[in-house]
Amino acid sequence: MSMEEKQNSQTFLDFNQNIFNPSSREEIAEIIRNCYKKNIPLEINGSKSKNKIGRNFQAEKTLDLTSYSGIIDYKPEELYIKVKAGTPINSIIEELDKHDQQLAFEPVDFGFLFNGKSNNGTIGGVISCNFAGPRRFKVGSARDHLLGFQGINGKGEIIKSGGTVVKNVTGYDLCKLISGSFGTLSVLTELSVKVLPKPQSSKTLIINNPHIKKAIEYLGTALSSSSDPSGGVFYPEQFDQSFTFNDLTHKGALTAIRIEGPSNSVDHRIKNLSAELGLLENEYSILESVQTKIFWNKTKNLEIFSNSKKNLLRIVVPISETLSVLQKMKPYEINYFLDWGGSLIWVELEKINLKILREIKDIMQQHSGYFTIIKVEDDLKASADIFTIDPIKYKISEKIKKSFDPKRIFNPGKMYSGI
Amino acid sequence: MPKVDNSIMTNRDKIISEVKKIVNPDNVLSHIDEIKPYETDALAAYKQIPLLVVLPETVEEVSNVLKYCNENKIKVVPRGAGTGLSGGSLPLKDCILLAMGKFNKIIELDYENRCVVTQPCVTNLAITQAVQDKGFYYAPDPSSQIACSIGGNVAENSGGVHSLKYGATTNNLLGIEVVLMDGTVTRFGGKAMDAEGYDFLGLMTGSEGLLGVITEVTVKILKKPEVVKAALIGFPTVEDAGNCVAEIIAKGCIPAGMEIMDKALTKATNDYSKAGYPIDAEGMMIVEFDGTEHEVDAYIEKVKNIAEKNNSSSLKISKSNEERLKFWAGRKAAFPACGVLAPDYMCMDGSIPRGKLAEVLKEISRLSKKYDLPVANAFHAGDGNLHPLIMFDANNPESLRKCEEFGADILKYCVKVGGALTGEHGVGIEKRELMCEAFNDKDIQQQLKIKVALDPNSLLNPGKVYPILRKCAEEGRVHVHGGKTKFPDIPRF
Repeated sequence: MSMEEKQNSQTFLDFNQNIFNPSSREEIAEIIRNCYKKNIPLEINGSKSKNKIGRNFQAEKTLDLTSYSGIIDYKPEELYIKVKAGTPINSIIEELDKHDQQLAFEPVDFGFLFNGKSNNGTIGGVISCNFAGPRRFKVGSARDHLLGFQGINGKGEIIKSGGTVVKNVTGYDLCKLISGSFGTLSVLTELSVKVLPKPQSSKTLIINNPHIKKAIEYLGTALSSSSDPSGGVFYPEQFDQSFTFNDLTHKGALTAIRIEGPSNSVDHRIKNLSAELGLLENEYSILESVQTKIFWNKTKNLEIFSNSKKNLLRIVVPISETLSVLQKMKPYEINYFLDWGGSLIWVELEKINLKILREIKDIMQQHSGYFTIIKVEDDLKASADIFTIDPIKYKISEKIKKSFDPKRIFNPGKMYSGI
Repeated sequence: MPKVDNSIMTNRDKIISEVKKIVNPDNVLSHIDEIKPYETDALAAYKQIPLLVVLPETVEEVSNVLKYCNENKIKVVPRGAGTGLSGGSLPLKDCILLAMGKFNKIIELDYENRCVVTQPCVTNLAITQAVQDKGFYYAPDPSSQIACSIGGNVAENSGGVHSLKYGATTNNLLGIEVVLMDGTVTRFGGKAMDAEGYDFLGLMTGSEGLLGVITEVTVKILKKPEVVKAALIGFPTVEDAGNCVAEIIAKGCIPAGMEIMDKALTKATNDYSKAGYPIDAEGMMIVEFDGTEHEVDAYIEKVKNIAEKNNSSSLKISKSNEERLKFWAGRKAAFPACGVLAPDYMCMDGSIPRGKLAEVLKEISRLSKKYDLPVANAFHAGDGNLHPLIMFDANNPESLRKCEEFGADILKYCVKVGGALTGEHGVGIEKRELMCEAFNDKDIQQQLKIKVALDPNSLLNPGKVYPILRKCAEEGRVHVHGGKTKFPDIPRF
């Protein structure tokens, strides 16, 4: 049987089931072709670690990609790993560990937030949501690490873009377009992701400083210095119970800066940086490698919000606007911490309603930023805009959606109503 | 190229007078003497006089022109500095060439957010020059950076020798303002990272002027590293050099730049620039690290050990910045050095997996014998970007034909070993017909649907990137005759 005939045959698919669990690309393509023919919307899932993010939508059937899993090709010396979309992040990390390599963009583990325990999800989900960890300002987001992909469009056609080499300008860069598209453009099948060596050493300079204004100054100076930091966060005082480390000599608010690289260089840069920030000896502590790893994992994985019953917003603004935005947010009784050197604000709100969301949206507009609702109570989720979009971009998004998924069968309405 | 629309040609005068009503009439060029300079970009083998040239001064004018052209079905070809090597801004006979040269001002230096907001026709190097007194720089450094525009860099997703560590344009871009073919003005991205929704910023980057006209660019800037040092290493075989590259990376070192030249190019460039290269070596490597002194020294020491293990025959470490620049001087003179060896040469631009270098060079050497044309190879080993220079004589039609076939065979082989048709020069018209080597019909159709979504009448830079006829033609190179390339003084690749 030729590939063409095989693709058109319907021998292995029971279409009466509501949850499809395909383990081959041909099965996935056949499911989609059927759904396309019959106008059946699909909810596309990996391990559901992030499926609460996004709008509520109705889909008749579910496409579960967790059985489409496995490492296809890993070439440490070529700095890439090629995997099936349903491959758990944990399996990838385990494999990369053997060669002292890593996914440098630090995929965020939303398991703690939604279920109180780790759930790193699948690579397909991580790319589809494009949320990057603390190293974002230095190495880019998930989208910057996707070298190539193969996917299936809304008509069931297999498409690809990019490859496994870092330098490739052949045709439109669809890798960027599908990153952060929340499964609304294409069902991903294979992903080639850039990997990088783990730093030999990694330490954290923690400054004893309770003031947000001063913290933003410290972070700004650090990020603009030759010390080349790879993380910069501020935790206000109320979270100090979450951070007990042997090397941490003070209680209260934390301004933390991560420095990574060869051991002697890390020590040298930490010394230079503390001098550049004008810190006295009793004003800072230095976390060694193991504690550094724990600290930044906690940060990346939002562990301070573990099992929180409150609402959570992810706010991104230019660093120059962070302080003003926080001041304007004060009336809403927020808990927050800063990541990405101050331009990512994770905000927990006790109380939220449409009026408050509208007001926050106005604040974002005044300060050239945006917010995404990560967690919100169910009745509000049905009516609120999870993502913000202006009419021009909505129109363009509608057309792009149509070019991939003409009958809107992939996660319809997950990002925006009508898309 | 797309079929010429004769109704546009016959209505030329009417179009000129109408365009003069929507933009400053002084900036509408229609006399042959005025528009001839725009007939080609740096892929000078192809020439075409456009219908007319418009030099807009404001975003509103860009929008007006596009809207007018969209309504009247007139093709538009956008152009920055015209330094592109793949013919991306080659005019069409019936097009309005939208030359963005007047968008040449830097708008804002924002150190607090570590970014620069600029108009698109500011040169790549001018951005670094504007911020270097504060110790900052813009990382992507295509070799033509003294002349190429940042808008063109965005359109082509330009790279440079430091792409492995610092990424290409797409990884250093925060936002753009863009005008779509229907005249809509919008912004993608901005000073806040990772804008929500579909990543149109990423889609536009590298779209070669087919999806929109860029009118403003926001790029991130980085603090200059404390120290930069380079090592110059000779190897008895190219395999040894290739193995050394693989081991450097496998051992966890990410150099800022890593270059390999084969014996032919090492000798040619050394003769030309007296760079002090090991001319007996079959493969020569320049590897550069940046960072703090400690960090750089630690990496250089590591590389020294790895090189020795891989049979290196010579090794020199730069003791000063002057010496480091001398190491690079020969490499950067690769173009003129080849100009001495042969009347003409073509520069190819394929990407390959680093580990395939020896195999690909062997194949190139086999093809060189088959076509009876000499070739010299430069390789951005850090990011796998290979630039073979094929020497030929354009006055001999048979030599030119052989050279073209040779070039196409190399690119096809790059794709075959898991690489790409173009690493940084773009597809343009140059490699258009080779797209079917990299993509099947469904892949190309999906890309064309995106084009149709944003430009339904296919008026913006048509005929570029995507094959018009389904044939794998023997195209794909930069052709230089007698050293007379466009802007011969600009360093290349």
